[in-house]
Amino acid sequence: MEYERKFKIGKPILEVNNISLSFGGVKAITDTSFNVLEHEVRAIIGPNGAGKSSMLNCINGIYKPQQGTVSFRGQQIDNITPNIMAQMGLSRTFQNLALFKRMSVLDNILVGRKLHTKTNFLEVALQLPKVKKEEKLNRERSEEIISFLEIEDIKDTPVGKLPYGLQKKVELGRALATDSTIILLDEPMAGMNVEEKRDMCRFILKVNDELGTTMVLIEHDMGVVMDISDRVVVLDYGKVIGDGTPDEIMANQKVIDAYLGVEH
Amino acid sequence: MTYTKKDLINLSVCMVLSLIIIPTFIKTEYWYTSILIPWLCLALATIGQQIVMGYTGQLALGAAGFMAAGAFAMFNLILRVPDLGFVGSLIVSGLIAAAFGILFGLPSLKVRGIYLMVATLASQFFIIWMIDKFGWFKNYDSSGIITAQDIVILGKPFTTPLAMYLVCLAVTTVLTLLAMNMARGSTGRNWMAVRDMDIAAESMGVSLLRTKVQAFAISAFYCGVAGALFAFCYLKSLEPVAFDIKLSFKILFMCILGGLGTINGAFIGAAFILLFPVFLNAVGNNVFHGAIDATIISSIEQVIFGLLMIVFMIYEPLGMAKLWENLKQKLRSKFLSANIKNLKSLKKS
Repeated sequence: MEYERKFKIGKPILEVNNISLSFGGVKAITDTSFNVLEHEVRAIIGPNGAGKSSMLNCINGIYKPQQGTVSFRGQQIDNITPNIMAQMGLSRTFQNLALFKRMSVLDNILVGRKLHTKTNFLEVALQLPKVKKEEKLNRERSEEIISFLEIEDIKDTPVGKLPYGLQKKVELGRALATDSTIILLDEPMAGMNVEEKRDMCRFILKVNDELGTTMVLIEHDMGVVMDISDRVVVLDYGKVIGDGTPDEIMANQKVIDAYLGVEH
Repeated sequence: MTYTKKDLINLSVCMVLSLIIIPTFIKTEYWYTSILIPWLCLALATIGQQIVMGYTGQLALGAAGFMAAGAFAMFNLILRVPDLGFVGSLIVSGLIAAAFGILFGLPSLKVRGIYLMVATLASQFFIIWMIDKFGWFKNYDSSGIITAQDIVILGKPFTTPLAMYLVCLAVTTVLTLLAMNMARGSTGRNWMAVRDMDIAAESMGVSLLRTKVQAFAISAFYCGVAGALFAFCYLKSLEPVAFDIKLSFKILFMCILGGLGTINGAFIGAAFILLFPVFLNAVGNNVFHGAIDATIISSIEQVIFGLLMIVFMIYEPLGMAKLWENLKQKLRSKFLSANIKNLKSLKKS
């Protein structure tokens, strides 16, 4: 990219080392390693069933890989759980939307502020001054995110009633509200039309640019991937078959074969 | 979270109604002893059920067990630690019930849905069994029914129906306000996040263990306090049988009919379930002049409750609280459109 980045791409922030994951006899991921550099936009691509979502679930602690380790800022993390990763500054969105359906958009995003909420239930019940102060700060930050994502007019609507594209936006908003240093996006643009996709790309790049948030995303739209990512890793049948800049990936014969098929 | 103007209006209307209008206009003891006092107690227990079921989404069925724990803890505390005083004993009884809540809430970490319901039933049976089995809890009373001690707060006895009503009212008001603060604040958001999508909640840093156990403990606290009030102000006696599974189901119905995940629904549901049999009896006596047998009336009551549960589950899962909300909205829009019409006609002329 030609323009000057405010946050220069730095050292590896997240390293995945030799991860293997299987469900019974089915091998989802086999001996996979790659890293993510600080402040970069990293894409994970691959055909259906390549193990992309499983990979994110391993990083985030929803799945426990049989082998391999995940390191965050050079420090190996044992006993990964979603909660621990959230506390370390890693947030995510889900492929099939995992929003709190009966809560409003604002409340969904406010849940993202959980780790910035230090008051306990007794203090909340008694509405002590410090609770009010903290709640006000959290609400201000959430409102900021809502206006950034241009969803002010739906902030009080229960999320379950919103169309798919907007729900995806809310989910991004919830991940942003955590103020995480790294966000994993599982198909943030699936099922969106061209215009919505363009908006989503703009949001992702803007967050990366202005806050320096490291983005890891899974995406199927090759145009989008090649456009917005700094580096791409390609998975096929649970193995890494390519890793590099978009240009390198497009020239990689193995990747072309995996996507287009080879003559036997 | 701040209170809106609407909240303050609602609160003052409720307070005026319950503190001024009811005590001045209702003189018959029957209303206090048989309707208002049990209504407040059961509404409080229903709030407890709401917290664990409506807000946190954990199907629990053992409210009456926690109520029994609270009631017998209260009896023993007044008997053995008289220095605590009534309010102190009430709080400690709630805490004892909360301890049981934590214990029986632990299965919620591993099982969910209908299986959790069965697991929480254990609390119902265990607590009642424990009180029956060990005579110490009943102070070795052989009759099976113990008379509850008189309520004395700061040296003043509260024994008339009106005084007891005021005690119940005070406790219920304070605890309802606290519950509302929690439900609307960050605590409530964590509960609802766990209810709606637990895996996402965990990814946002909400601890499932903490949130679920917390909800169970707070719920049991509310049930415990409600149970103590129920025994001391309404039954005026203590017997484990009063807190059987039927009462647990009653509270569950109040919770569902009132509207899951609403605090005001607890009051609406409790009022409906308490008043409906009274209404049916009145119809039986006055319209049919006793031609219908009392047992048939009570069966009809069960049938109607069952039907209502099904109807509400299908058509309005948010219960009567939602119906009330819709009605208000309709009236408001009607009122508004009428006003606009008036304005238009004024302009024409």
